[in-house]
Amino acid sequence: MTSAENLQAFKREGRIVVVGASLAGLRAAEALRGAGFTGSLTMIGDEMGEPYDRPPLSKQVLTGWVPAENTKLPRRREIDAQWLLGVPASGLDLAGNHVRLADGREVPFDRVLISTGVRARPWFVESEAALDGVFVVRTREHAEALRRALAAGPSRVLVIGAGFTGSEIASVCREREIPVTVAELAPAPLVGALGAMIGDVAADMQRAHGVDLRCGVKVTRLEGDAQGRLRRAHFDDGSTIDTDVAVVALGGIRNTEWLQGSGLAAGVWGIACDTGCRALDLNGLITDDVFVAGDVARCPNPIYEYRLISLEHWANAVEQAEVAAHNMVSGQADRWPHLSIPLFWSIQFGVNIKSVGVPTFADEVVVTQGSVPDRRFVAAYGYRGRVTAAVSFNNAKWLDHYRQLIETAAPFPPPCPTPDQPADMKPVPVDFPGPTLLAQGATVVVTGHDPSERRVTAAHQHR
Amino acid sequence: MTTTETPDTLRRILDYSSRADPYPLYAELRKTPVARQEDGSYVISTYREITDILHDPHLSSDIRNLSHPTAGAEEQTTPAFINLDPPEHDRLRRMAMRHFGPPHTPGLVTGMEPALSSIVGGLIDDFAGKEQIDLVDDFAYPFPVTVICHLLGVPREDEPRFHLWVNDIIDSIDYNPKTDPKEKLDNGIQARKDLRQYIGGLVEQRHGRPGDDLLSRLANDDGPDGRMTDEEIVATANLLLIAGHETTVNLITNGMLTLLRHPQVLQRLREQPDLVVPLTEELLRYEPPVHIIPWRAAYSDITVADTVIPKGSQIMLMLASGSRDPNRFHDPDRFDPDRRDNQHLGFGSGIHLCFGGPLARRETQIALTELVRRVDRPRLVADPPQYRRSPVLRGPIHLHIEQNGN
Repeated sequence: MTSAENLQAFKREGRIVVVGASLAGLRAAEALRGAGFTGSLTMIGDEMGEPYDRPPLSKQVLTGWVPAENTKLPRRREIDAQWLLGVPASGLDLAGNHVRLADGREVPFDRVLISTGVRARPWFVESEAALDGVFVVRTREHAEALRRALAAGPSRVLVIGAGFTGSEIASVCREREIPVTVAELAPAPLVGALGAMIGDVAADMQRAHGVDLRCGVKVTRLEGDAQGRLRRAHFDDGSTIDTDVAVVALGGIRNTEWLQGSGLAAGVWGIACDTGCRALDLNGLITDDVFVAGDVARCPNPIYEYRLISLEHWANAVEQAEVAAHNMVSGQADRWPHLSIPLFWSIQFGVNIKSVGVPTFADEVVVTQGSVPDRRFVAAYGYRGRVTAAVSFNNAKWLDHYRQLIETAAPFPPPCPTPDQPADMKPVPVDFPGPTLLAQGATVVVTGHDPSERRVTAAHQHR
Repeated sequence: MTTTETPDTLRRILDYSSRADPYPLYAELRKTPVARQEDGSYVISTYREITDILHDPHLSSDIRNLSHPTAGAEEQTTPAFINLDPPEHDRLRRMAMRHFGPPHTPGLVTGMEPALSSIVGGLIDDFAGKEQIDLVDDFAYPFPVTVICHLLGVPREDEPRFHLWVNDIIDSIDYNPKTDPKEKLDNGIQARKDLRQYIGGLVEQRHGRPGDDLLSRLANDDGPDGRMTDEEIVATANLLLIAGHETTVNLITNGMLTLLRHPQVLQRLREQPDLVVPLTEELLRYEPPVHIIPWRAAYSDITVADTVIPKGSQIMLMLASGSRDPNRFHDPDRFDPDRRDNQHLGFGSGIHLCFGGPLARRETQIALTELVRRVDRPRLVADPPQYRRSPVLRGPIHLHIEQNGN
């Protein structure tokens, strides 16, 4: 049989399993059916219920404007899948071609897509995390629980971590006129994603809206009362605040533990893959039948020197899912690379923030349009004289242009005047905090001597 | 190399004899995505290049940035936001949107639906007993005009007066110094003056009398940006009145014409009224009411498809051609209401994306659904119908339809 006939037979009656039934998994399933895959399709997800949309969970759901149960993802087409929900996958056997579930079941596949995403990073002291009044926001249940806590009118909310989620939650609190303290280890909010200049703008914005913003501090302890209710938070500068709700917004943990021992290049950084969304094995070799998409994927981007980049972005999950699905049912010659430029948005304190490109891949930043004091502007990021990213505050309609500048490696700073431009267009250093996460130790070791025997093995104990 | 001189194709498009079917000429034009004209202006006709340029901050909508200002530019008045750049454009558009749409007035368009249905119903009631109707005069014109008058707070009975001014203004948009009598331009300038004066009078009456119409709200409400000056209100109201007049008429008329040319689609719409939503989008791609953005100004040197357009150049954007670009749309000359990924240029794109788009959509959806539901066995009397002069705002001047019984 030729490989073309093999492919046709696979599309007709093959078995595809999708592990991770959220945005990326659902969009991939739809794309598989859209591409004419008529074989069996199994969706495995650890949450009960149908896939839902997460961006509203830290925004409209918390204000009460959109009920949590109304966030179901719209279906683009029928996917005619078998849904195995409410039970997580616990292992992947690449020799025997099956996924193991936590309840002991085994699900066989010809090809598998992994889109297990990330979960919220919990508070680091388990007993404190369990206090009544301590929340994270990742799932629909989390958001609904926090919404109820906010509706009860807490005396003060403590948000731990001023990334996008933390800042959005602080914004919702102010919108509901709830006193809020934000604690951030970095010198300003959003600084890890967007650098010091935008961080300063974000800090001004929070303070102008009455947020008690404390930067450069660490929360050391959450203190409860005898009933197990949160009462107080302690900071490393010796100060304390009285609070009855704390939201832990310290980012996510990639759901890769279940892949230990599978032989895939999976770890705390995600699952490495090529631009075709094919997973790499531990040695860095491309697998044939294992694909990855969404928050858990770590994919090289040629625009950024082929660095492996993992993104927790809505648009990235959709685009990667579509590329992965296409490649799962296409021959070698017809594969697509995932080359889209990252896109991200947030709404906080009445401002629409949107970014295109990878702002952390930059050494300088310059305001190219609008006015920073008015909080409506575009800032372009550059790396060694070329445009690599842009961020807009209430000016999103221009970002397509900046995407094009990034794609065409346009010179930085952009040389042409625009009608709405600050008089002084001086680039400043972008100034990100140090790569703390990268320094946390190795995850693999290399063994063997001759090229034929050199291999990588996992070293999970290094964490 | 994308730049060649194809003045002939553009001239033929602008010529009235091409009005009924300019699409083959657009296909010819697209062979040169960025075409320099004899007078130093540039014509852009392909989808990617048009969208790129509509998102390019180095482009200006302000006539003062043209090195050779267009005819009639000497008028010394406050421009409407359509002819301004940020930050002025953003400020005025935001202040107007405050009373028209989300986030401050989210329910305006949906709140108007009962009124829209009742106006449509009333107009179709009047078809009774007539064997022949003119879809333009009897329906597609009076409907949006009634709506925009109601919305703005302009007395409907003044329509015969401002109708003439609006006609003169629209005529002067296409003014070509080589072929048109100067009278056409002068009429346009005079009509703008008259319309401004008329609206100015209405604004004066509104001060201190807050009401529900847009004019009273603009004249009395303060938002974070403060309050519009009277000149700004007049400019904004003029824009909305003219745009509310001239585009939806063509969209509805072009829509009915297209349905009559595709009887199987008309029948489907009758059986499944929900089809009207994607159908209206396809209409905005296939037979849009606005064919051309007559000019934009290059604020700096701009590179489009490897062609450098020098600062100060006039740029003409052929929206209707872009929406039929085979490099963007599969089988673009086919009217396909089931089309997916239909990101047409019917309402433009970027910061000047049509302000009234949501209202125009709802008006057209209600109009077409009711027309096919209630007009019995409609037939075109003449195909193609007679078209209006304008190549910019393109549509039939009359659309005679026969109906059976009633």
